[in-house]
Amino acid sequence: MKMSFLKIISFFLVIFTIVVFFIALNIDKRYNTENIVGKKIDNFKIKVLSHDQIFENKDLSNNKYHLINVWASWCLPCKEEHPILMKLSKDDNLNLIGINFKDKKKNANSFLKNLGNPYNIILSDTDGTSSISFGVFGVPETILINEKQIVIKKFIGPLDTNDYKNILNVIYEN
Amino acid sequence: MLFMKTKFLIIILLMFNIKLSADENIGIDTKIFKNLRCLVCQGQTIAESNSDFAQTIKIVVRDKISQGRNEKEIYEFLSEKYGEWIVYKPKFNYINSFLWISPYIVLILGGYLIFKYIRKRRQ
Repeated sequence: MKMSFLKIISFFLVIFTIVVFFIALNIDKRYNTENIVGKKIDNFKIKVLSHDQIFENKDLSNNKYHLINVWASWCLPCKEEHPILMKLSKDDNLNLIGINFKDKKKNANSFLKNLGNPYNIILSDTDGTSSISFGVFGVPETILINEKQIVIKKFIGPLDTNDYKNILNVIYEN
Repeated sequence: MLFMKTKFLIIILLMFNIKLSADENIGIDTKIFKNLRCLVCQGQTIAESNSDFAQTIKIVVRDKISQGRNEKEIYEFLSEKYGEWIVYKPKFNYINSFLWISPYIVLILGGYLIFKYIRKRRQ
């Protein structure tokens, strides 16, 4: 009787260990965007790239979708996604906000001069701290917010043609 | 000989004391850095990493401390942006309560089994 009790305990311990390992090894530990999607963006105050003016939440028009794109001239994937941003800039229902991330003003201007400027306004986050409020951990990253400043979608990495279609779908479905 | 022993003991105690005071002097910022995961690194904390991301998080944490935010508020802010995964020590809530309690249950159960086994062998 005593031995069977020990056997039952041992059996449950083995099962417990297997279950713990199974759950732990199947958890997706990659960063995903679920934490910020559906939430209102934090209040921000970021310097405008071209002059000393400060841009903040209240400056966002409340009748449009906004696409916040975090980019840098030193970032190669940013060059890759630039044609998509140029295409999106032609859409009047979308306000493109560029956040120039840890970059030099001279290099950022030269990047836009060569490839074109898709942004309605460009902000400068020289030390990268303002971008933390948007959950950014690298460039490029793009956040689509609605007129109520709620995050609809977040794109990690360069935008592609599928993302382009997704963005337009979101804007014109609503 | 006794004097040598006493001297040795005092040196050891002094060394231990220095160690203790060094621990006490660790700033709240370092304590927070050590409990934050560098999301772009392989198994490193923000304190250990020299990555761009870690440097930025360090600036943000120090800014928040200077704004008067406490440790819990800083973890909450970063968890809201990057998920609870960014904090090494998980929060105690109903989802992970089993994770916190289970080692103690296993310890007690294991202790009980060993006790039973030894008692049986003695008999």
